Amino acid sequence: MPKDHGIGASPKRREDVRFLTGKGQYTDDINLHGQTYVHFLRSDVAHGIIKSIDTSDAENMPGVVRIFTGADFEGVGGLPCGWQVTDRHGQPMQEPGHPVLARGKVRHVGDPIAAIVAETKEQARDAAEAIGLDIEELPAVVDMVSALAPDAPKVHDELTSNLCYDWGFVEENKAAVDEAFEKAAHVTTLELINNRLVANPMEPRVAVGDYNQANDESTLYTTSQNPHVIRLLMGAFVLGIPEHKLRVVAPDVGGGFGTKIFHYAEEAFVTFASRQIRRPVKWTSTRSEAFMSDAHGRDHKTKIELALDADNNFMAIRTDTYANMGAYLSTFAPSVPTWLHGTLMAGNYKTPLIYVNVKAVFTNTVPVDAYRGAGRPEATFQLERLVDKAARELGVDPIALRRQNFITQFPYATPVAVEYDTGDYIATMDRMEEIMDISGFEARRKASEAKGKWRGLGVNCYIEACGIAPSNLVGQLGARAGLYDAATVRVNATGSISVMVGAHSHGQGHETTFPQVIAEMIGIDESQVDIVHGDSSKIPFGMGTYGSRSLAVCGSAMVRAAEKVIRKAKKIAAHLLEASEADIELKDGKFSVAGTDKECAWGDVTLAAYVPHNYPLEDIEPGLEETAFYDPANFTYPSGAYACEVEVDPETGKVTIEKFAAADDFGNVVNPMIVEGQVHGGIAQGIGQALLEAAVYDENGQLQSASYMDYAMPRADDVPFYIVDHSCCTPCTHNPLGVKGCGEAGAIGSPPAVVNAVIDALASGGKNVPHIDMPLTPHRVWKAINQ
Amino acid sequence: MYAFDVTRPKTVAEAVAALAGDEAQALGGGQTLIPTLKQRLASPATLVSLTAIDEMKGVCADGGTLTIGGGTTHATVAAEASAYPALAALAANIGDPAVRSRGTIGGSLANNDPSACYPSAALASGATIVTNNREIAADDYFQGLFTTALNEGEIITAVKFPVPEKANYQKFVQPASRFSLVGVFVAKYADGVRVAVTGASENGVFRWTEAEAALSANFSADAVEGLTASADGLINDLHGDAEYRAHLIKVMTKRAVAAAK
Ligand SMILES: Cc1cc2nc3c(=O)[nH]c(=O)nc-3n(C[C@H](O)[C@H](O)[C@H](O)COP(=O)(O)OP(=O)(O)OC[C@H]3O[C@@H](n4cnc5c(N)ncnc54)[C@H](O)[C@@H]3O)c2cc1C
Repeated sequence: MPKDHGIGASPKRREDVRFLTGKGQYTDDINLHGQTYVHFLRSDVAHGIIKSIDTSDAENMPGVVRIFTGADFEGVGGLPCGWQVTDRHGQPMQEPGHPVLARGKVRHVGDPIAAIVAETKEQARDAAEAIGLDIEELPAVVDMVSALAPDAPKVHDELTSNLCYDWGFVEENKAAVDEAFEKAAHVTTLELINNRLVANPMEPRVAVGDYNQANDESTLYTTSQNPHVIRLLMGAFVLGIPEHKLRVVAPDVGGGFGTKIFHYAEEAFVTFASRQIRRPVKWTSTRSEAFMSDAHGRDHKTKIELALDADNNFMAIRTDTYANMGAYLSTFAPSVPTWLHGTLMAGNYKTPLIYVNVKAVFTNTVPVDAYRGAGRPEATFQLERLVDKAARELGVDPIALRRQNFITQFPYATPVAVEYDTGDYIATMDRMEEIMDISGFEARRKASEAKGKWRGLGVNCYIEACGIAPSNLVGQLGARAGLYDAATVRVNATGSISVMVGAHSHGQGHETTFPQVIAEMIGIDESQVDIVHGDSSKIPFGMGTYGSRSLAVCGSAMVRAAEKVIRKAKKIAAHLLEASEADIELKDGKFSVAGTDKECAWGDVTLAAYVPHNYPLEDIEPGLEETAFYDPANFTYPSGAYACEVEVDPETGKVTIEKFAAADDFGNVVNPMIVEGQVHGGIAQGIGQALLEAAVYDENGQLQSASYMDYAMPRADDVPFYIVDHSCCTPCTHNPLGVKGCGEAGAIGSPPAVVNAVIDALASGGKNVPHIDMPLTPHRVWKAINQ
Repeated sequence: MYAFDVTRPKTVAEAVAALAGDEAQALGGGQTLIPTLKQRLASPATLVSLTAIDEMKGVCADGGTLTIGGGTTHATVAAEASAYPALAALAANIGDPAVRSRGTIGGSLANNDPSACYPSAALASGATIVTNNREIAADDYFQGLFTTALNEGEIITAVKFPVPEKANYQKFVQPASRFSLVGVFVAKYADGVRVAVTGASENGVFRWTEAEAALSANFSADAVEGLTASADGLINDLHGDAEYRAHLIKVMTKRAVAAAK
């Protein structure tokens, strides 16, 4: 019998009632008295010197309140980068400034030059058209490899080159890795591109700044995944506002996918400008602006090699990657191609020697940062494409080659610095083969052939490092923040509970799942528990939601706080029941004395805590509210095996996904339905990356796919009915719930499955194509067939 | 958007009068024009909405001719053009339900987007574009990218389609916009076959006359097998180069012939 409440049950998402009935409260729904609107005049060239900005006509336009340019930010900080990577030679990365409004130069199309604050949006836009702008256009650098040529135009004149860092990992292993390649019986090499993506959450970014002169307090309402991170970065580094005078609120947020982690210029601007003009300032991004101002994702160019011995055992992996940083360093950009990517290069395999080289490069493009999976999809894609290619070259079954090289002993210390606590890769592979009906594939291939279609099967495994992250470890790796989280469990007098959490829900369903955990621990109904998130004035200092961390890190903090609450409640119960604290048991919302029929209800105890008439006041304080901070001991390591079957229309190159199965090991699962929803969404994004999506720049740095007319988002009919399963369960060993996180898995695990399937389909049509770069559009597949 | 006025006349005559005003522009379903206005790429002083003009709406089959009012939405054509199933199917595959409920055949033909669907149907059917003051043969109407024979202020009031014996439209979609990357409309009449191609050419919709000749002699997919559509003047963009489009023209033509009903 599936459970109907608590951990393991699938209650419907309670937040959906408001989302689906139009009662959500998004940032754009916030409108304040006396509010003004800002329009950003953005660069339409990728690279240029700002010769002059003439705002005199614009300032006299109707409704204009004030026009700001870079000069107004003299003495104000730039947007900080939250991670410093140290290069192969022990030197810190090159870290250019990132002004709120461009100064001296523009560095990408969309770089904000001036901000027009007016009574209405349209007036602000009208005035923007009246600004006289003289920009001397410079040659742009777009391609990462040519950006490193000695004579390439420099994105930042003050840097020595466009190289942010040249990172080697593990540098000490390099010689041994090279030696293994010398000795290898077989070497498989693959060059590939991990295509640049635009996250495109349904809700574009919005920011409202509100300064209250009476108490000198600033409030920023913003579409963020982590309000406290924004408060810290913006308060301490950009505007110099102390935390007690700065409140950051991220109300309902319509999807983030990573791109709403970062601190953006527009947020700093509205907060700054509101203090200047003493009125609220609002900015709502248009979709077109989002394409040129939201941080993009991925954009790696990689050469990866695998050395195998004569028995097809993996001996060594060597990779060479160029990672695009864009024009400025976005908040966590440097960490994505390094610590979130290099550390995953072992995958599910016991390859003893690994060396990863990453050159991060500045170009005249929108900054690139974390996007669902962040570094881990890039690692998985390379590795799982490579293993597939090796199997094809060696003429062995790709599943067998994987199984042969699986890690089977846990804990397992990889040669790339992480230690997997648990996993069972054979079990997930077995499960995948079963739910996918792999053995029926040949028959399905024949049926497709009879229709004139080529059918292919692609499989892959993945491992990811989630539950980000142990603070002391990431501190050593260059993070300028801790990555713990926090929760306060506030029990109300009559027994209902409000939990204030540092995690932020923007689609994940925390409002449903977190109460399930509390309800299970205490034995009360979930409806008695609500969570509060997204407002720095209400929640403890937590780091927000990304990296599949909410339940594993913030959920653990919540469990710890609830344990403290329960410990105290037991003391109160012992007093009420005139028993020893050690004999008190809590079950189904009742405290009882072991071995007797004496009991009292949860509500009796909570009431006593707040109406302490009969209460051990000399021993404990009244009230029932506890906070815990939780810093994880390790990452969590979800893993799984994915399979995809495609049909290729050989005449047009069109790929359709016929079947898709995902067997994941997420450790313990709190709400299976929500977990499946997360996997569905992740796979849809992975399919989007594999078949449809690409942010494409021309050589002048103009974004060619700058709207939905040219940037293909996956739609319902692009994706199949998924077969998903998470019955394989090796609980995480180091967090109290034994959970691993499920938010990114689908986006990490699916692209290689899709591409492997297409390569297999072409092979079944007699076309041995080693690789096709994503997205596998009909045009690209057709060209590959006909080359 | 820039500010503008809107009028909503009830008759074609009133609309023509309103369009004679300074910087006035017709507004059909707004599915092309409104996004253009939002991007501030047009600045009409007055929009003359055609949506309240009953005489411009509806689908009417009479003898061998199907007449569709210029203000008829794609959704209505999809539902009511049963006399010309290939045309109804074309309309049913334009955009999404919201677009089909607003967008009109007159707006689509007046706009003449090189990737739009209707122009191929009009050209392949040898349709007649009826305006407030004349009738224009499809062969004379389409004059290149976003260019037509319409004069300033002229309104498409109806389109007359001779109903073919058999026809079919094959749309190979551009993955992002889902307009046609290449769309081919094949229509077989007693006096010959017409093949019109959309999405492919830098000059907008055009007739593939070689295929027409071959199919008029032998209406089967095999008849096209030996032909090659020329890549000259075809569109090269993110979604496909000219060579690919030329290839697709042939594939879609064969499929349209095979599926024609
Ligand atoms: C998301 C989306 C997807 C789409 N997909 C497709 C697709 O797959 N295939 C396709 O073919 N189209 C597609 N379209 C375009 C759609 O079909 C439009 O409806 C059509 O192109 C314009 O028709 P409208 O009535 O909306 O015209 P409007 O946008 O109102 O006007 C367009 C132009 O025509 C003029 N005009 C309008 N009506 C008349 C008239 N009766 N006489 C003279 N001039 C007139 C206007 O002045 C304007 O210049 C799509 C549009 C959207 C928004």
